[in-house]
Order: sequence, then structure tokens, then C-alpha cells
Amino acid sequence: MELNQYLSMFIDESRDHLQAMNENLLSLESSPQDISIVQNIFRSAHTLKGMSATMGFEDLASLTHEMENVLDLVRNHKTEMNPFIFDCLFKSLDSLESMVDDIIQGGTGKADVRDIVAALKSIVTGDYAKGGAAAAAPAAQAAAGKTADLDEFQISVISQSIEGGHMVFHVDVAVRDDCVLKAARAYMVFDVLERNGEVIKATPPVEDIEQEKFEKSFSVYYISQLNQADLEKQIGSVSEIETVKVVPITEQYLADMQKAQAPAAAETAAASAAAPATSEPAAAKKDAAPAKAAGQGAPVANRTIRVDIERLDALMNLFSELLIDRVRLEQLASEIRRNDLIETVEHMTRVSSDLQSIVMKLRMVPVDTVFNRFPRMVRDVAKTLDKKIDLVITGADTELDRTVVDEIGDPLVHLLRNSVDHGVEPPADRIAAGKPETGSVWLRAFHSGNHVFIEIEDDGRGINREKVLKTAVKNGVVTQDQAPKLADEEVYQLLFASGFSTADKISDISGRGVGLDVVKTKIESLGGRVHVQSQLGRGTKFSVQLPLTLSIISAMLVRLGPEKYAIPLSSIVETAAVKQDQIRQVHGNKMVNFRSSVIPLVDTAQVFDVPQSAEARESSAEMQMVVIRKGEKLAALTVDEFIGQQEIVLKSLGKYLTNLFAISGATILGDGQVALIVDTNALIK
Amino acid sequence: MGEELKVIVFALAHEEYGIEVEKVRTIERMMPMTRVPKTPEFIKGVINLRGVVVPVIDLRGRFGFAEAEYTDNTRIIIVAVGDIEVGMIVDSANDVIDVDSDAIENPPEIVGGIKAKYLRGIAKIADDRLLILLNLSEVLNKSEIIQLEHLEE
Repeated sequence: MELNQYLSMFIDESRDHLQAMNENLLSLESSPQDISIVQNIFRSAHTLKGMSATMGFEDLASLTHEMENVLDLVRNHKTEMNPFIFDCLFKSLDSLESMVDDIIQGGTGKADVRDIVAALKSIVTGDYAKGGAAAAAPAAQAAAGKTADLDEFQISVISQSIEGGHMVFHVDVAVRDDCVLKAARAYMVFDVLERNGEVIKATPPVEDIEQEKFEKSFSVYYISQLNQADLEKQIGSVSEIETVKVVPITEQYLADMQKAQAPAAAETAAASAAAPATSEPAAAKKDAAPAKAAGQGAPVANRTIRVDIERLDALMNLFSELLIDRVRLEQLASEIRRNDLIETVEHMTRVSSDLQSIVMKLRMVPVDTVFNRFPRMVRDVAKTLDKKIDLVITGADTELDRTVVDEIGDPLVHLLRNSVDHGVEPPADRIAAGKPETGSVWLRAFHSGNHVFIEIEDDGRGINREKVLKTAVKNGVVTQDQAPKLADEEVYQLLFASGFSTADKISDISGRGVGLDVVKTKIESLGGRVHVQSQLGRGTKFSVQLPLTLSIISAMLVRLGPEKYAIPLSSIVETAAVKQDQIRQVHGNKMVNFRSSVIPLVDTAQVFDVPQSAEARESSAEMQMVVIRKGEKLAALTVDEFIGQQEIVLKSLGKYLTNLFAISGATILGDGQVALIVDTNALIK
Repeated sequence: MGEELKVIVFALAHEEYGIEVEKVRTIERMMPMTRVPKTPEFIKGVINLRGVVVPVIDLRGRFGFAEAEYTDNTRIIIVAVGDIEVGMIVDSANDVIDVDSDAIENPPEIVGGIKAKYLRGIAKIADDRLLILLNLSEVLNKSEIIQLEHLEE
């Protein structure tokens, strides 16, 4: 069988299954008793196993097989989910994901999964829990003290190895006081160890040992085929070693150690027992969600087809040609003035605008393809940071152009991490501040006009204006004089300045700003904007505004002297006429009254150096103006004539003309002429 | 005999120039252009080349020669170097010829006032016919354009 032709299908489907498993596992974590979720995960794992085996990806298949065994026990009520099993399953998913990624990169999907498989197996045999069950055995204080630093995973590996007939030792090595190169000696010891077995854990960590960050002794947990005496002899043969103490580890030893850990475990259990009280509504919500997903999931799966994005792009390009011709035809028809021609063109116009909206919709995908990876990410980050965070996602069905969706993931990851890492305080701080222990992060998406907004809001500590300013002044982003004059929003925008990305002391500005300049650049390259709102002690909101699509926009065509320009409708507030005597001079700048506020008047023709335009305009009593908006700020652009509103196809100006002032691109008009698109943002200071 | 090099021959200010044929997309007659504000003088604007917007430069202006009136012979040579596509206005485009790479010599310091770095070499194609081969990537070098812009300010 020629497998290559099925490879892309395999990749797509295995990604879907992995995503489904990830989601289900997360919802199972909040309602561990729900066996129906386990069933879903099991089914996905089973399908994935079958697919991988057929495609010849043995490692994938064997790992999913082990996961299946674990899940099978759970769904048959032979064991219950617990944090250890969750962690193992999540780790397995991570490995599966990296294997699939490897396959996508053209690799073979092979990976070393022995550790995870061992851990999964220990769940099936129940060994990982044995230590805990046997905790009643008499405690050996010394042993317990030493082993307390092993985590559950390492314990399960050790207990597996003992069962498999391997010897497990706790090796304590002390170097002599007069040893000159401690790190080199340690390296030699590790060399001996690694030749004969496997190091499970080193205290202090290996990296520290390599950098000589240990006093006199270090210890390792070690699996080997050697016996105790041989091992002692081999390590002892390294010079400048003072003592070598090798203690064999037995099941009993492990049990004692688990007992020592029990109080700590009880603490975590108590903490997690407290959690359900607050997460009850969330769990209820999540219960509702899968039902809905299942409801729509089934029919959709049968009614959609996957289309190569390049084909859609080709369709889009052809269609934009058609639009240009349509405008041309409209023009010709109005010149020729033959009724049947005009009617035909009008009909064609209607059909093509319907066609346009369909083509546009083809490229629209719900943002949830991006959002669905966030719950897992937030869970992991929160777990490593020891924080409790409730991620609330709304509007995941909001649709955006495929190209935007593809690009927006990374900036959002950055902003979310930022909120989790620096926004939400650790539980203790939250309680001290009188907030609920569990922090909330809201991720919202919604349509508004021609834009999609994505908001990331947290109820954390907020941004400290003064600290941001201090860092900004120190980094030379603003001067000392400017600093006090800035509005809050302007101060927060400083976080996105590139000077902040290299901020050395993360804590200086509560960490905000690390890499945020990248976020801003990315979003702006998509034609979007980021706003920040914050209240000290109450939380922060990042609001990302994105265009619905990148290729066709509505614009107002205007004439400046002999030239035509397009102004995107999305930035126009309104058009108006202004009399010469209404123009005022303020500090040498022309200003004009607009709805009870005074806004600057930009002489567009002058800005663009348009020839033979100035005199003609000065003499006329009335001028046309376009009022544009950038955020809260308004400005009026003078124009000579409004030509009309049109759908225009965005064209790039190519790589040769870059960094143009106030020009964001070009479009081709009905008469074949090129018109430049005005970047209104650049015209408002 | 060295390698054969196919070049497009065009005229500019009484000299004959050549560019490798692989770098030439098409040769067009003059067509309406849309001026792009705030760009150097020699960038004449952008054209609609069958649905693609392409910037056009005046090669005389680029090399600092006096600009001439456009005539019926004036052509726009559309060239592509890397991912940059640009039209170059030349006085006329006449010929496609084969040049033996052995016949290409290093350019002298000054040829008709063009800086040596814009030139790839000089080819002698007949007893009294010299062809100046252009180094397109230098001609279209953008960092230099940025410098020019600063000079104008």
C-alpha cells in the first residue's frame, strides 16, 4: 500500500484526536467522576492507535496502547483518576504530539517513551499506589528523609525497576576537602554511573553539580545491573573521592518514604478539596459544553471537506481580478448608457457580491481552532507557578480569516502567559488582598463592525504605572520630562516598546513587557491594534482588534488634485464640508470644529506633495474633509472630491517599496489605474 | 570558449547595457503610472502589470543622469531579483544577444558616470561595440535608497 498519500490525512486526523483528548482530559480533571468523558478519550486513543499501527508508527501505537490500558481500568471502575494518572496521561499526550510533529517535519515519529510507558504500566499494575497503601509499615526515619525529594513519577520508575529485577541504589558520594576540581571528579563519577546504569535523580541537580554548585557531597538515585560492592569499588576508584555510600533501595524503603511524604500529600489533598467549592459553577458550565459540542460535532464532521489553503488563495486571487473587471464594466456601462447592458452589469454586480461573500466565508474559520490549545497551556503554566486559575473562554465560535487565525496564535499565547504569570497573584497574595484564591482569566472573542476583538482580561494585580515609567526612563524609552505628562493608556503602551523586551529585571515592572514588542509587531502586521486597560490591584485587560479579512476592504475613494486615493472605511468617522472661515490656527496648526470638539486638520495634498492642487483649493470657499479615527483620537483630512465608496482588493506594493509614509498598500481601480491606500494611523500623531 | 550568457540589450544615454535574460520578466511599453508620495525622485510610481502592482524606477534617474522625455521607443523592463520585482525605464530595448563569459572584463572605475559597483563587467561584442553588464542586485539595493532619502531631507 502506498502510505504517503494517506499521510496528510493521518496527520490531520491524529491532530484532531490529540486535541480532542486534550480537551476531554481537561474537562475530566474538573469532573473526574464523569465516565462518559473517559469513554470519549478512550475512543480517541483507540482510533489513534489503529491509525498509527496501520501507518507503521510503532512508537505512537505502543504509547497509545498503554494509555488505552489505563483508560480501560478507569472506565471499568477498576481504578479512579488521580493527579498522578492525569499527569501521566498529559505527559503521554505531549509525547504523542511531539511524535506527530516529528512526522509532519518528515521524521519517522520515533521517540523514547520508555519512562512514560513504565509510568503508565505502573498505573495498570497498581504499583505506583502500593507505596502509599503500604504506608502503615514501620518508618525508617533516615531513609524517609533522603527519599522525600523524589516525585511520584520517579518513585514509580524505581518501583518498576525493582520489580523488573534491576538493582536500585541511593549513592552518596563525598569528595575530599582538598579536591581542586570538584566538578571534574563529579563528572568522572557520573561517567562511571552512566556506563553501568541509569541515574534517576541527582541531588543537587546535575546542572548544579556540573557548575560545581555543591559543597562536598552529592547523591543520586541509580538503577543498575551491578551489585553494591562492585559499584562502591568502581566509584571509589575515582581519585580524590573521600567516601562512597551505596544503599540498596527496596520496596520497603520506598514505602517508608511514601509515608514520610503522606503529610505533604494530605495537605495538597485538603487544598484540592477546598477548590471544588469555588470551581463548582465552572464544572457545571463544562458539563453543558461537551453536550453541545457533541450535538453539533457529529453532523459537521460529515458535511465539511478539507481544502488546501493554497487553492483557496488561488480562488481569492482570481476573484479579485473579477472584482476589478466588474468595476470596469460598471464604468463602461454608465458611459455607454445602453439599458440592456446596464441591466446585465447590475445583475452581474449582484451575483458577484453574493459570490464575494461566499468566497470570504470559505476562508473564515472559528477562532476556537486557536483557543482550544489555551486551556491546557493555562493549566500547565498555573501548575508550574503554583497558582489557581480559572480560564473562562467566550466567543470561541467567532470567525476570522484563516490567515489571521494562523498568525494570531503566538501573540495570544504571549498575552495569556503574561496574564497568568504576571497578572494573577499567587494564592496567598490573593487571599491577603481579599480576593478569591482562584484567579480568573477571561479570553473573549467577538465581532464589532468590520473588526474582531479578542480580549484577555485578568483579575490580578494590575499594572503599576510608576514602575513602568521608571523602567521606561531607565531604558531611555521616554525622557524624564515626558514621563509625568503621559496618559495611563500611553504608559501601558510603553510595555510594547522594544526597549522593554530586554528589560533585565522582570520583577521591576511586574514582568509585563517581556517580549510584548513582538506581540505588537505581529498584530500590527496583521492590520490590528492592541489596547491595554488596567487598574492597580484590580486587573488588566489586553484588547486586540483585528480586521475580519486581509484581502478585500470597503474604502472611500477620494481625489487629491489629479490623483486618486483610497481611505479604508473602517477608519472613517464621517465626511463633511468645511468653510474656509471655520478653520482656526492653534499654535500654527490648522484646527477645525467637529461636533463640539476641536480636531486637527491635515492638509492631505500637502502631506503627499500632490502637484497642482494647493492653489485651486485655497481659493474655493468650501473644502471637503474626511474625519478619521485612531483609537480615541480624531483628525480631519482635506480632500478635493469624494469619488465614492467601493470594495477594493488590497494589493501589496512589493518588497522594493517598504516603509512608505502613510501608504499601506495599493489597489487597482476599474479603469486599470493603481490607487494608493492611505494609512490613516500614520496621519494622526 | 567560456559559458554563453544570454543578455537583453537596452540603450540608456547613448550607451548600450545588458542584463541577463533570466532576470527579465517582460518588456513593456510606457503606461500610466501612479505617483507614490515621499519616495526618491527616480521612483516614478507604480503600474498595474496585469493585476500585480509593480514599482517603476527611471534608470537614468537612478544613475544620476539627466532625465529625458519619454518617446515611442521608451520601454519598461520588468526585472526580478530575489523577491523584489521592479520595472526599469530605459530609452529603448533593442536586442537579445549571446555573450561569451570569457569576453567579459572587469569594469573600469568610471563608465559614463556610473559607479563601478553597479556594473558586473564590460563585454566586447564586436570591434567597436561595448556592452555594459549591470549588477542588478546593486542597482536595486535598498539600503542605498534609504541613504538617498536621507540626503534629500
